[in-house]
Amino acid sequence: MRQSFIKVLTELARKDEKIFLLTGDLGFSVFEKFREEFPHRFLNIGVAEQNMIGIASGLALSGKIAFVYSIIPFLIMRPFEQIRLDICYQNVNVKIVGSGGGFAYGSAGCTHHATEDISIMRSLPNMTVICPADPVETELAIKCSVEYDGPVYIRIGREKQKIYYKEPEFKIGKGIIVREGDHITIISTGDMLKNVLEAARKLSEMNIDARIISMHTVKPIDAAVILKSANETKAIFTVEEHNIIGGLGSAVAEVLMESRCKNIIFRRIGIPDTFAKKVGSQEYLKEVYGLSVDSILKTIVEVYDGNRRKRNKKKSFL
Amino acid sequence: MLKIKDYKRIARDARKKIVIMHSRSNNSHIGSAFSIVEILVSLYFCIMRIKPDDPCWEGRDRFILSKGHAASALYAVLALKGFFPENILDTYAIDGGKLFGHMTKDVVPGAETSTGSLGHGLSIGAGMAIAGKYDKRKFRVFVLMSDGECDEGAIWETALFASHHKLDNLVAIIDYNKLQAFGRTNEVVNLEPLAKKWEAFGWAVREVDGHSFPRLIRIFSSIPFQRYKPNLIIAHTIKGKGISFMENKLEWHYKSPDETHLAMALNELKIK
Repeated sequence: MRQSFIKVLTELARKDEKIFLLTGDLGFSVFEKFREEFPHRFLNIGVAEQNMIGIASGLALSGKIAFVYSIIPFLIMRPFEQIRLDICYQNVNVKIVGSGGGFAYGSAGCTHHATEDISIMRSLPNMTVICPADPVETELAIKCSVEYDGPVYIRIGREKQKIYYKEPEFKIGKGIIVREGDHITIISTGDMLKNVLEAARKLSEMNIDARIISMHTVKPIDAAVILKSANETKAIFTVEEHNIIGGLGSAVAEVLMESRCKNIIFRRIGIPDTFAKKVGSQEYLKEVYGLSVDSILKTIVEVYDGNRRKRNKKKSFL
Repeated sequence: MLKIKDYKRIARDARKKIVIMHSRSNNSHIGSAFSIVEILVSLYFCIMRIKPDDPCWEGRDRFILSKGHAASALYAVLALKGFFPENILDTYAIDGGKLFGHMTKDVVPGAETSTGSLGHGLSIGAGMAIAGKYDKRKFRVFVLMSDGECDEGAIWETALFASHHKLDNLVAIIDYNKLQAFGRTNEVVNLEPLAKKWEAFGWAVREVDGHSFPRLIRIFSSIPFQRYKPNLIIAHTIKGKGISFMENKLEWHYKSPDETHLAMALNELKIK
């Protein structure tokens, strides 16, 4: 997804001289060509993220479109106040592109994991939060972010495989229905989509027909597609490679709880409010924390079947 | 062409407005506002290329009040310069007012950035300076910081960056009144040798009496001090300058003038 990001940004930068790229000393083997082609619009700020965000704000206040890049915790948590004040409060045209969503930096350890970022960024006024699912969504998110005037956070993951065979209609704030289904709805964000699609395939073998929504934009959340699915299917599951608190699941819960859809079965699937306590790759950690295909499948079946049985029981009493 | 006595008159008018603003609102930081009055008047009435009737003019010199807690001084000077009607100053830091206690972008024409948390302004200024160089524009970016602000690590990140990128269109000014929020700077965290530190980071450094118009104007007129080097001015100032009972007193970082203080202050400003 990093390669897709830089590929499309390079194309955009050829057309739009306002685009600058700033990095906190990261991007080896990824940004060299951009640097060569646009030496004056590429700034390696050094390992100084507070300074980087401030400079991006200054560039944006001077009419530029500043993209800032680093590994997520260093990019948004170290200079959080600069993001809050220099970018969001002043509502400037800066695009924050973070690499390593969720457990992407797996065995590097928790310093490099991004498991609270969606929650943090979602709470900032004026901020838009996008978590693309694959290289196709990444390219579209970058393109849309340039057309949009204001702060955007784009959380990119490791997924290199394309999920979309043809280009989907991509709009900031509009979820994409990737698979139709009548029984349940699974809402996914970021590159969890791959596992979710696989889980849905297995569910269909068990005669559970799952609708899948790729909710690339977590803020503003697409309330319309959530409510439509709540009316048309019996259960809603959210899946994210992120702490269970404050991310996609919370955003969807907020919509549902304030709606009239009171009888919907609802369950959030995410990291159970913990730092990774085991060492391992992204795939391994997903497995440990309930985000592998089989764990997702197991949770969905338990919750959905459990509720169905309860309801049937109630009915038999009547 | 204004003369030194005119600048002095403007500074006195600004102080009158500031003391009334703080008295009406009970807001803190009057001492921090008084120490920068001459710096602001020199910049806005003599040095900076600006158009009050066209505040977003692209060629304008930029000014960032990185010590955003001294906003009352900048609001007063902007009003006196004609950026907006002076009666807006009456809405400073009161319920339903227009002007926040800390500097806020776009609440009035001429307010370039929002500040209030220390250590942000210099990096924003560096970004503007980079944009100016890229666009081959001649504007300069002035950033006014406090001495206590130099405790912030982010300042030194930008200090490295600006000299590496040869930003001679960037001018940082330190309001060196030697008092920070909870003590004297040399007792809290000693900044000295301050000039040598900035020189070692690759900046061209000048020191000046921050209340002397002839000296401030002479220094500001010689920018850039050295080609390819960012500029740093250490302005030696007195916190609470201009009102005898406020001068060099830590408590006036917090207190606001009551009616007696206000009468005394206005009386002093009248005599001068």
